[in-house]
Amino acid sequence: MSEITSLTLYELIKNIKEKKISSNEAAKSFVDRAEKSKKINAYVTENFENCLKLSKEFDDKPNFDLKLPGIPIAVKDLFCTNEVKTTAGSNILNNFVPTYESTVTQNIWNEGGILLGKLNCDEFAMGSSNETSFFGNVQNPIAEDLVPGGSSGGSSAALAANLTPVTIGTDTGGSIRQPASFTGTVGLKPTYGSCSRYGIVAFASSLDQAGPMSKDVKDSSILLEVISSFDKKDSTSIDFKRNNYSSKLTRNIKGLKIGIPKEYRVDGMPDEIEKLWKKGIEYAKDCGAKIIDISLPHTSYALPTYYIVAPAEASSNLARYDGVKYGLRSSGKNLIDMYEKTRSEGFGEEVKRRVMIGTYVLSSGYYDAYYLKAQKVRQLIKQDFDQAYNKVDAILTPSTPSSAFKIGEKSNDPVSMYLNDIFTVPVNLAGLPGISIPAGVDKNNYPLGLQIIGKPFDEQTVLNIAYSMEEKINYKNNIADWWMK
Amino acid sequence: MDEIMSKNNSEYLIERNDNVYEVVIGLEVHAQVTSNSKLFSSSSTKFGAEPNTQVSLVDAAFPGMLPVINEFCVKQAIKTGIGLRAKINNKSVFDRKNYFYADLPQGYQISQYKYPIVGEGNVILDMPEGQKQVGIERLHLEQDAGKSIHDIDPSNTLVDLNRSGVALMEIVSKPDLRSPDEVNAYIKKLRSIMRYLGTCDGNMQEGSLRADVNVSVRIKGSTDLGTRCEIKNVNSIKFMQMAIIYEANRQVDLIEEGQEIDQETRLFDTKKNETRSMRSKEDAHDYRYFPDPDLLPLEVTDEFIDKLKSEIPELPDDKKKRFIDEFKVSPYEATILVSDIDTAKYFEEVVAKMGKNRDMKLAVNWITGELFAVLNEKNIEIAQSPISAKNLAKLINLIKNGTISGKIAKTIFELMLDGDIDPQIIVEEKGLKQESDPKALEALIDKIINDNREKAIEYKQGKEKLFGFFVGQAMKASGGKANPHLINEILKKKL
Repeated sequence: MSEITSLTLYELIKNIKEKKISSNEAAKSFVDRAEKSKKINAYVTENFENCLKLSKEFDDKPNFDLKLPGIPIAVKDLFCTNEVKTTAGSNILNNFVPTYESTVTQNIWNEGGILLGKLNCDEFAMGSSNETSFFGNVQNPIAEDLVPGGSSGGSSAALAANLTPVTIGTDTGGSIRQPASFTGTVGLKPTYGSCSRYGIVAFASSLDQAGPMSKDVKDSSILLEVISSFDKKDSTSIDFKRNNYSSKLTRNIKGLKIGIPKEYRVDGMPDEIEKLWKKGIEYAKDCGAKIIDISLPHTSYALPTYYIVAPAEASSNLARYDGVKYGLRSSGKNLIDMYEKTRSEGFGEEVKRRVMIGTYVLSSGYYDAYYLKAQKVRQLIKQDFDQAYNKVDAILTPSTPSSAFKIGEKSNDPVSMYLNDIFTVPVNLAGLPGISIPAGVDKNNYPLGLQIIGKPFDEQTVLNIAYSMEEKINYKNNIADWWMK
Repeated sequence: MDEIMSKNNSEYLIERNDNVYEVVIGLEVHAQVTSNSKLFSSSSTKFGAEPNTQVSLVDAAFPGMLPVINEFCVKQAIKTGIGLRAKINNKSVFDRKNYFYADLPQGYQISQYKYPIVGEGNVILDMPEGQKQVGIERLHLEQDAGKSIHDIDPSNTLVDLNRSGVALMEIVSKPDLRSPDEVNAYIKKLRSIMRYLGTCDGNMQEGSLRADVNVSVRIKGSTDLGTRCEIKNVNSIKFMQMAIIYEANRQVDLIEEGQEIDQETRLFDTKKNETRSMRSKEDAHDYRYFPDPDLLPLEVTDEFIDKLKSEIPELPDDKKKRFIDEFKVSPYEATILVSDIDTAKYFEEVVAKMGKNRDMKLAVNWITGELFAVLNEKNIEIAQSPISAKNLAKLINLIKNGTISGKIAKTIFELMLDGDIDPQIIVEEKGLKQESDPKALEALIDKIINDNREKAIEYKQGKEKLFGFFVGQAMKASGGKANPHLINEILKKKL
């Protein structure tokens, strides 16, 4: 049965539709493997029993017209799931069980998906290594004591360790693409407004976007098709025509113009990243794309801009966790004392740091210098992309400036940690779609990813380029199940 | 010595040591939008429900919940803006006002800060000395907070979120008000306009209308504004007036003692009739306003606004003008009649039912006299009047055409109260029709003179006061139904 867990989503669906594998068999395989993979610490909440029950129910009354017929799927613990604990990786929501379902997960269940469990993540999605989670570090299946990236670290680890056929993450500054890059998997952040934010624990509302994470590009296209929908419950959801991404998927990208932004050659970038990028350019050329040098002049301002806008929104979004209505409440002498104790005990260091930064940049007297200025720069960054897209159809960059690092290596150096997002953050600020695909390994044999950035709502082109490059790159993760030994 | 001088009825000045001060007042009125559901959720807004029964996941700020604007509330705010003759902004922005409180579930209130939905406008006040225009600075939409209840549980504060998220319009006046009387007139006019529009019921007992009152004082004639204090959340006109009088005098005392006035937020203690400092400028909250990233800027087209304009009913100022022109009532009477939309409706219905031979004087007097007295006594609104406009019109017509006397009409009016009875039926059943047959009255008077021959002789000898006695006897004998005009005539002739 072990081969079931290593199937791609596409293969699994095919097998289920052809009745070669039952939904229950699939569920059992993933549950069995998860039981042997506790060391990865991918799960915060297991929904195994219920998953087995529901898969049986599916097999009793199968509906093969669904896009995810009886497919067990684990999701990031930032998506609210009805009657299943949702923690956002935080102590403050340690006991929180929603009575409602996020639109994105509901879309998955509506198409036949079955919840396997909730996956570990950085606290409130604030982190790049999954080390800020209240529920402990997650092991990267690539090698022991290696971080899986973040914030969707539980998702990337579960995927790479074959604990789920596909998964969904959220991406505010790179939280899907960076962990995908660190684990040799594929992660897509759709255009802002493509997937509903309803029922997703908010980090930074103007940047947050859910997206698929998968073993290959085709799987991401299948999952995107399911989760992307216009939703009246989210005022920032956009009503545009969504493709049947998987059926429109093609490797014919002949003549597409791909831009190479010179500003992404940052100081101190390791040689192997530069080499990977060059290799990527060659692959793109091999696929028939035209390579064009472009400039995104405000790139160097993206990271500081992000670290003003995101904490500002977060400081306000996290104000609701006050011990009054739900979640953790510490006892205090009075209301203020209760607030202070609840939030001191409920939030971890990184969350507190960002709440303080956010509160500071919104304060009267500092607002204009920080928040307002950052919003203006954000517009300039958007304009950079708008202008570039007059010349090119998509942009190719590395996903991250380095490969995965060791647990603990950067946890005392927030700035060095923040630098991890340098290539992914501009995409969130501009609201664009971006995908990370595995493209090679570094000297330690740790995976490295390339990022393809598209025009707004043009996920199809992004997927098509990734799909054709994926074939040329022909990357395969080499995972030895070290944690089972 | 305090001396409140009064040149005009509504002027309010404070005199101290030969200095004459005037008070400058601006109001921030919080008016609850009349709507079935809340500003950003579909929960009911009905008043008086069991605590926490009208709370959605959005209102309670559960993780991942998002606000979605209620279009009806937007229309209500625009209509109110039109009623205030104000500029409607095609683009406005919702901001977050961040602060922690137990009854503020999100940890921020969604409000409008830099870009409100409605800009400058004005309101006309009818003061005894003439009309006064009060400027409106802006109107913006915002969410109400919940309610903290401190007096039910001995050791805990309880929170009721029914009100959390209900739509409020904050209507900010310019500092154009100068006296407690003007504040009274302003609030009443604002309430009247919103009731005409159906955008706010103006019910102050239920908290649908509350105000923050900004007060400063200055030497009369000065054009500089003094340092102001803001008195928070005053929920009746009477308390607003009391708070202003206390606060203005406090400020004048400070100035006269050579002290500075601190710009601060104060609260009004209704039991002690005084304002107290809540927090100084230094302690003022930093609300860290920023545009709510969960909501897009609110954009309304000119067509949308024009459509709403076409739905605006006749408002009090226009109605007053029409009443004066069409019904020839006095400006004073017209002001009373239009102040409340239901009174105006009632009046117009009475006028319509009176028909061609209508008597406006009688109609105005009966509504503002007898009917208002009954409503006051029963403490009910005219919409719940025990006598319908139709039947009051009938009663007035019975007086007008001489069927009954004004005095009998009062008796009939009392009887009508018991179930809105048709006055015609009362007249017939009780035989209250006025006796206007001269022959019948002559016979009746002959009998009285005959029975009181000595008094008749005294009258003839010059004791003219006795005339009244005979009138009284005649009325008594007729059971009050005799036409008093005819009685007089016949008596004069016979005596």
